[in-house]
Amino acid sequence: MSNFVIDIKNLCRSFGEKEVLHDVSLAIPEGGVFGLIGSNGAGKTTLIKHILGSHYAQSGSVSVFGFDPVREPVQVLSKIGYMSEDRDVPSWMRVQEIIDFTKSFYAKWDSSYAEDLIHLFELNPKQRIRTMSRGQAARVCLLVALAHRPQLLILDEPSSGLDPIIRRDILSAIVRTTAEDGRTVFFSSHLLDEVERLADRVAILHQGRILFHDTLDSLLASFRRVTLRFTESHASAPDLAGSLMCRGQDREWTYVHRGDREQLVQAAENANAQIVVEHSLNLDDVFVSCVH
Amino acid sequence: MQIQIQTQGGVPIYLQVMQQIKYLVASGRLQTGDELPSIRALAEELIVNPNTIARAYRELELEGVVEKRRTSGTFVADSGSPLARKERLKVLKQRVDHLLIETYQMGFELDDVVKLLQQSAIGSKPTKKGS
Repeated sequence: MSNFVIDIKNLCRSFGEKEVLHDVSLAIPEGGVFGLIGSNGAGKTTLIKHILGSHYAQSGSVSVFGFDPVREPVQVLSKIGYMSEDRDVPSWMRVQEIIDFTKSFYAKWDSSYAEDLIHLFELNPKQRIRTMSRGQAARVCLLVALAHRPQLLILDEPSSGLDPIIRRDILSAIVRTTAEDGRTVFFSSHLLDEVERLADRVAILHQGRILFHDTLDSLLASFRRVTLRFTESHASAPDLAGSLMCRGQDREWTYVHRGDREQLVQAAENANAQIVVEHSLNLDDVFVSCVH
Repeated sequence: MQIQIQTQGGVPIYLQVMQQIKYLVASGRLQTGDELPSIRALAEELIVNPNTIARAYRELELEGVVEKRRTSGTFVADSGSPLARKERLKVLKQRVDHLLIETYQMGFELDDVVKLLQQSAIGSKPTKKGS
């Protein structure tokens, strides 16, 4: 068994002609918060469905807690709390019925924690899902994902389409879950502010490929926006080793540079230019530069 | 404790937490012996990763701004130390740096700022408070 909670190797997946995941490898250590970033249609949900065992690996392998989620679903799913993107729960059920129904699947269901969450989320156990607001229904989904105190909490776009108050509930639940020793949170999002606040590690998924996977700190440290002043005027952007994007005119050009600082200084020197302004980037800028 | 986190500026979140706690200490809104919120409580309030808060507290402890007490929490360290003065100076220096940048951007010189400062100083007699 590996030391990783999730260990995906060279995973490829196509639906018909369309390749949705291409050679995805992703090893996520135990503990902490992992943020999967990607635009709509990048393949985030498809990747999550492989972790849950709803899709088998066409090529490559998926291992969760050391088990193949397709062959040994009980070993895997009993340790996972999952909230899907559509947050689908049977609309005809009452809150209490959903709780009783879900409880029967989990040996480790914590009834007193479930009670606490009912109060915290101000849910009425007798209310039917179909009469609830979108936000209240999302809280029910979150409750059933959390109440068995899963070792791995997977949230697919947990706050998309929800108002700020419910977003806060969901994000606090991530904070609380990770504050408990050894638990791991995996969440996908295109809201980069959230990811930057919560994630220890991030991966960028773009058109089915992992462009980057590292700690958030190293990701942010390896990008900078830098303005160079060249000795001569240039009509188009002068080449700079390691640069991703460039804008400017005449003698001053602003680049997004990826690499360490010494490489940047060297590249600027080689290009006969002087660094005049230098800024670090936030996750939003990094994402835009990477998928540009 | 009033702390605000922004993710637009590219400043790492642990640094924002550190700077704001230092500022609160330097401005006297947090005083020697005051207890800081627990890592978990602050993480939940600000919606940030608990490890980030832990890192900020750890670095503040290394710099002597706060101290951990056995079994209990994290407290503001003795602000009478020279370090507290150094921190206050640092906050002041940041303001001065901003002022100078604006000065040059608007086409003024250092002398203009010095004159302005002296003129303003006559108008506002400082209330003497710990140096």
